[in-house]
Amino acid sequence: MASQGSIALRHGLSPARRDRCARMREVAGFLLLMLAGLTVAALESQACADDKSPAPVVTKKTVGPKTDFPQVAQINQQIRAQWEASKIAPSPAASDGEWCRRAFLDVLGRIPTVDELKQFMDDPVRERKTRLVDRLLGEDYVEDYARNWTTLWTNILIGRSGGTERRSLVNREGLQQALRRSFQRNTPYDKLVFDLVGATGVSKPGEEGFNGFVNFLAGNLEENGVQATAKTSQIFLGLQIQCTQCHNHPFNDWKQNQFWEMNAFFRQARALRHFANGRQIESVELVNQDFSGENNKPEEAVLFYEQRNGLQKVALPVFVDGSKLKSDSGYVRDVDRRTELAGLVVGSDYLAKALVNRLWAHFLGYGFTKPIDDMGPHNPPSHPELLDALATEFKTRSYNQKELMRWILLSEPYALSSRVGPRNKKDDPALGEKPLFSRFYLRQMPAEELYESLLVATEAQNTQTSYEKRESTKHDWLKQFVVAFGTDDNEESTTFNGTIPQTLMMMNGDLIKKATSVEKGGFLHRVSSDPKMNNAAKINYLYLAALARKPTAQEIGLANELLLLRKGDPIAALQDVWWAVLNSNEFILNH
Amino acid sequence: MSQFARPRGMTRRHFLEHLAAASALALPAMSFTGALAAHADDLKKRHKAAILLWMGGGPATIDIWDLKPGAPTGGTFKPIATSGNEQICEHLPLMAKQMEHLAIVRSMSTREADHNRGRYYLHTGYVPNPNIEHPGYGSVISHMLAEQTKQLHLDIPPFVAVGGGSVGPGFLGMTYAPFVVNSDGNVRNLPGMEKGHGEVDADRLAQRMQTLASLEKSFVKQDRGQSAIDHANVLDRTVSLMTSKQMEAFKVSKESEAVRDRYGKNSFGRGCLMARRLVEQGVPFVEVDLNGWDTHSNNFKTLADTKLPELDKAMSALVSDLKERGLLEDTAIIWMGEFGRTPRVNGNSGRDHWARSWSIVLGGAGMKGGIAVGKTNADGTEVETEPYAAQDVMATVCKALGISLDTTFTSRSGRPMKIANGGKVIKELFA
Repeated sequence: MASQGSIALRHGLSPARRDRCARMREVAGFLLLMLAGLTVAALESQACADDKSPAPVVTKKTVGPKTDFPQVAQINQQIRAQWEASKIAPSPAASDGEWCRRAFLDVLGRIPTVDELKQFMDDPVRERKTRLVDRLLGEDYVEDYARNWTTLWTNILIGRSGGTERRSLVNREGLQQALRRSFQRNTPYDKLVFDLVGATGVSKPGEEGFNGFVNFLAGNLEENGVQATAKTSQIFLGLQIQCTQCHNHPFNDWKQNQFWEMNAFFRQARALRHFANGRQIESVELVNQDFSGENNKPEEAVLFYEQRNGLQKVALPVFVDGSKLKSDSGYVRDVDRRTELAGLVVGSDYLAKALVNRLWAHFLGYGFTKPIDDMGPHNPPSHPELLDALATEFKTRSYNQKELMRWILLSEPYALSSRVGPRNKKDDPALGEKPLFSRFYLRQMPAEELYESLLVATEAQNTQTSYEKRESTKHDWLKQFVVAFGTDDNEESTTFNGTIPQTLMMMNGDLIKKATSVEKGGFLHRVSSDPKMNNAAKINYLYLAALARKPTAQEIGLANELLLLRKGDPIAALQDVWWAVLNSNEFILNH
Repeated sequence: MSQFARPRGMTRRHFLEHLAAASALALPAMSFTGALAAHADDLKKRHKAAILLWMGGGPATIDIWDLKPGAPTGGTFKPIATSGNEQICEHLPLMAKQMEHLAIVRSMSTREADHNRGRYYLHTGYVPNPNIEHPGYGSVISHMLAEQTKQLHLDIPPFVAVGGGSVGPGFLGMTYAPFVVNSDGNVRNLPGMEKGHGEVDADRLAQRMQTLASLEKSFVKQDRGQSAIDHANVLDRTVSLMTSKQMEAFKVSKESEAVRDRYGKNSFGRGCLMARRLVEQGVPFVEVDLNGWDTHSNNFKTLADTKLPELDKAMSALVSDLKERGLLEDTAIIWMGEFGRTPRVNGNSGRDHWARSWSIVLGGAGMKGGIAVGKTNADGTEVETEPYAAQDVMATVCKALGISLDTTFTSRSGRPMKIANGGKVIKELFA
């Protein structure tokens, strides 16, 4: 018996087959629609600065979606100004399929399903991007959104290994519960930070006095809270002051006294261990207790630190901007140092800037500074005015993270192709240049996104397990890639970094075996036995599911040959194609 | 015309050729022949290599290699005599017998006392810089010894990191990235490839690879930047690994009970044994990590009860084993962490981070053993002789391996970078 698919595929779709290929028809307009999207205009560019420069290199019209947000216009204008100053022209617009895929990855931490892609393409060209952003940030996806940002912030706050060791003081699940609730409600960012820095309560869900936020600081209070000081400054203020613990910073303005003055805010904090059956730590209670001072004078409770020359100095709480407390007392009833600190952190100008820089880097691949959490005069940002303007807007809009995300998602730089254009070769931050955002910088999905994307690609994301069970299965899988260094600052690295262990997992790992399984009821089996699709449509479906695009003629040709080789066993051919697609650079790279 | 080769009745060799044809980048350097060629045997005996024993967390070298008995900073350990001229800690009795082969550099003085920065600096010879990523030891040395590696027909990545993350290849690119493995010798997700690939037979894997190669190539051709090329590149190297008999080198379980005992049946012991097996196979650089030196509290108990006994057994076995096999003459050994620890003992019987005066250990590859280079003052707080820093250690190791210190790399942005940051050779080691 001749395989119908092998014939149909050889020359793409025969007219006769086309009628039976509903899904394919729906996406057949991809290219035309994409071209139409290019003409959408929103903004006039600035005049060309230098008359002697070659013909104007930046087209006047933005390729970003049409919106009325002044913040988007501001991004586009400031980014364009630097293109012009650097005499480069941006890459063309990404295809709408690519744009849709990256928006799903960056907002929800996973690729779109075939149905979601279809819904996007079914919207009118001029509105599909704004509509998708509305959906992604709206009620429909509130659970997916909360899951993704909980994952991201858990890793920022306690790392991938935080709370996973046997004797850890950190309850990972506790932190995740608290974060998840925040992201479900879109809690303003300043409120979230206040909750984290000022938290008191019990670490473990279900226990009396539970407050999951305590798990950020619970594991960082040993050695007089040195790590709590360093991490609070780095994560929320974008300031790396940890090196000044021992000496003045060699190449920025931070002085050793500033580290210890920040540290003095943490000296009332205590992580009390609650034990169960002997020595097993059951939970931790984060409390503020009177600090009598290293001078044993609670009414003026100072700490001592040693300068490199051996001189001993004293420190009282002083915030990085010079703000002091109304009292130097170590008694909590006089002054609660950590609550004061939380107030100073969220009142600080650094707060909005650091978050803008973090989110910009999340969506565009590079921040305005590198690294994103080491800002200051020693490390000037690539777009200082834009950073300031976005920080001001973010603050004005009550620290609403979803608003900030919306502006970035709808901006022109986010809409650009990842292909290098003829006039922007030099815009390559990987070479140490400051990023100009004239193209979308390729980046690899982190392990968490890969995992979630595989679930989506194989339509296994909505299985009937509880949230906790699902998250813990994921975490067990993720553990294989984490290398913890066992140092006091809980440093770690990942082997899911584009090297051989990752490739071996993608080629041979259990997760891929499952994703490419041909078992009855599994994804490939469902696609393969779908009576509404012929072989060509099935191959199409696989490409859309993984790559958000249709296969090329050459790819169809190859799939066709596989079908011939597996004559009588078409699901085996689908499996081979699926394996190859999932292993491709195009799948694992956010482009 | 079919784009797939006809794989019916294919032998293993044929299969490998088909895979080579399916290379995602069609790299000419791909080699599937294994280290079987006769001419490789000569080279194998004389090839250069280095093993870095990385002491993550920053070891208290004042309690290990440069004791200050009687000083207020001296701690509780006593020094013992060794087969060399140096004295070392009493908790390293096995190492004491090997010190004739090793030199202690007691005049290390650096400025990075943060774990992350210190690790970067000691691995690269450069302080962290936001605009450039410098290559670490393993990448620099495996890059410089690439010609030797090629002649050895090495399928294993030339830079293996056992049990740790090490520091990446920076501008040298993914070819020289560390291959991170666990010390148990089972490379995760690596199927036994002799007769195919798990449930998928060799023919089918070859066809899958061809389909994949086509996807990779067209994405790379779209000029989207280095990550796409890197992915294709790593794919090729992974396939080459999956089909290589050399992977046996990772299997420390193939060693006799006695040998495994000698190294110590713990993670670091197995890692050191694996390092020896890998160097024998021709791998030019192996890093083995021993973490847990960040002893802010209970420094002395931690060292005496766990860290030092573990180190003593594994490191002494490695040095003596390399010596017995005639490999020590060509294999450099580097023992170091990101910094030392404060001479002053803190309130928790611990020592904190300290970069100003500390020690490292070097040996093998022709470096002079049995000596201590440099000197610290009576309480260990100052270096009294010419100070050495990370780049000097790197320059010294390069010299020992016959790598020219006139080498200049060009970073991907075109910036020239002197190998080992222009560090000075520790001349006492070549007297």
